[in-house]
Order: sequence, then structure tokens, then C-alpha cells
Amino acid sequence: MHSFGYRANAVLTFALTILALMCAIASFSDNFNFPSPSAEIQIVGFNGFKKKPHGNDEVSLTMNITADLQSLFTWNTKQFICSDKLGFGCPMTIWNPFFFVFVAAEYETPQNSLNQVSLWDAIILAKEHAKFWIQTKNKYRFVDQGSNLRGKDFNLTLHWHVMPKTGKMFADKLVMSGFRIPEEHSV
Amino acid sequence: MDWQGQKQAELWMQILLLVFSVGALATGYIIGSFRMMMLIYAGGVFFTTLVTVPNWPFFNRHPLKWLDPSEAEKHPKPQKAVVSKDKKKSSKK
Repeated sequence: MHSFGYRANAVLTFALTILALMCAIASFSDNFNFPSPSAEIQIVGFNGFKKKPHGNDEVSLTMNITADLQSLFTWNTKQFICSDKLGFGCPMTIWNPFFFVFVAAEYETPQNSLNQVSLWDAIILAKEHAKFWIQTKNKYRFVDQGSNLRGKDFNLTLHWHVMPKTGKMFADKLVMSGFRIPEEHSV
Repeated sequence: MDWQGQKQAELWMQILLLVFSVGALATGYIIGSFRMMMLIYAGGVFFTTLVTVPNWPFFNRHPLKWLDPSEAEKHPKPQKAVVSKDKKKSSKK
């Protein structure tokens, strides 16, 4: 501590050590947030159900999505992802917390025990926008690998990814079941 | 900066940084703003740097008291070192 340089070095190293500790504590504090997200998805109607020329089934549908995900926001939340197209075209705004959500149709076929098709996604930039209602057609095409969709029971799952400012990114989902695709092709 | 000053500077650096970090963390958590925590802490680091890094007069209140030259002349340095030097030289020869 005898010279300007030594003192400056001491302040800097100690300050950075504490900063790392503060970030660790901030990350740890997320454990004391017990979120209670709620979501509901209703299918308003099927707009079309056709067999594509090469034999794959394609469904078009309109749905109502109601969700309240505000409790997932903490002071350490940077980005909350509610879609399955992770990071594609996301405005990576470091200083604005946002989150990302996606709805996926999930069903079982003889070949695969779990098929996931992303239907809709969104980036929510602020906590105030985490409570929303939207009526939308499927944003991404709902196409099966094959023709297994006739009369198929499927789940609509709301997935979200939370990106904290410090610490581990985590994901969770809400599963809504009891949806069924029409028995016959409409075209 | 004298010896006492160095000790004080280090102590104050640690106290100030810890106090600011705890304050920043508490404020940030309570008002739910990570940004505010960072701003408070950055301010704290700046303040700490300002207080403890420059050689302020209050770190120089305990100057070392060296003996006067006249006093030193009354107590001449022991000659032992010189003698041993000679011995080494002679031994080398």
C-alpha cells in the first residue's frame, strides 16, 4: 500500500472480487422466487387440414393464448424466452430485460414417442407485457413427418426460457392436453 | 504515505467496499433493479478509489522520526561489516 499504483491495484482487485460475489448472491436470490405462472390455450378452429403432395399431413389452426407469466420475472431476469426458436432474430438488448415464450404441439406417433412442432413464439420485453392474451393462427407450419395426424390427440405446451442477468438460464413449461385433430382432410 | 496511513488506507478500502456492496445489494433487491445495484456499487468503487488511492494529507499524520545527523554521529555504525568484508577478501586470496 506504499504507492499509488499498489493502492489502485488493491482497490480494483478487491472491488472485482466483491462484484463476483454480489453477482453470485443475485443469482442465488432467484431461488427465493416461487413463480406461479398460469396459461390457457383454446383452439378456436381448424382452418385447414390437408395432405401435402409428398404425403405429409399439414394442419392450420387458430388459437387463443392467455397467459400470466409475470411471476417469473425477478430483478435478475434479463430475458425470458417463450418460443422454441431460441435466439433467432432476438434483439439481444443487454440492458432491457425481456423474455421469450413458445407454444409447441406435442403428440405421439408409432415412429416417435414425442413429436414437437413449434406453432407460435414471442419475445416479451418487459414484465408488464408478461400478462397477455392473443388470438393467432399458427405462426410456423404444423406439418407431420408422415400422415399420422388424422384424429390425433395432442398437447399444446407453453414453453418458456428465462435468461437471468447472472447465473444459470432455466426453462420450464405448462402442458395443456385434450386437443384433437379432425378425422378427415378438409381439402 | 506513512506506515499508519498505509494501514488505515487498506482498512478503509475494505470497509468502504464492503459497506457499498451490501448497500447496493440490499437496495437493488428491495427495489428490484439490478441496474441500480450496479450503479450504486460503481459509485461506491469510485468513491473508495478517491478516498484511499491518492496520497491525502490525513494519511501522513504519523511521520517517521529519524535521528538527527549529529545524533547519528555520536553512535557510529558498527565496523563489523567492514571487518567481515576484509576477511572474505583475504580468504579468497
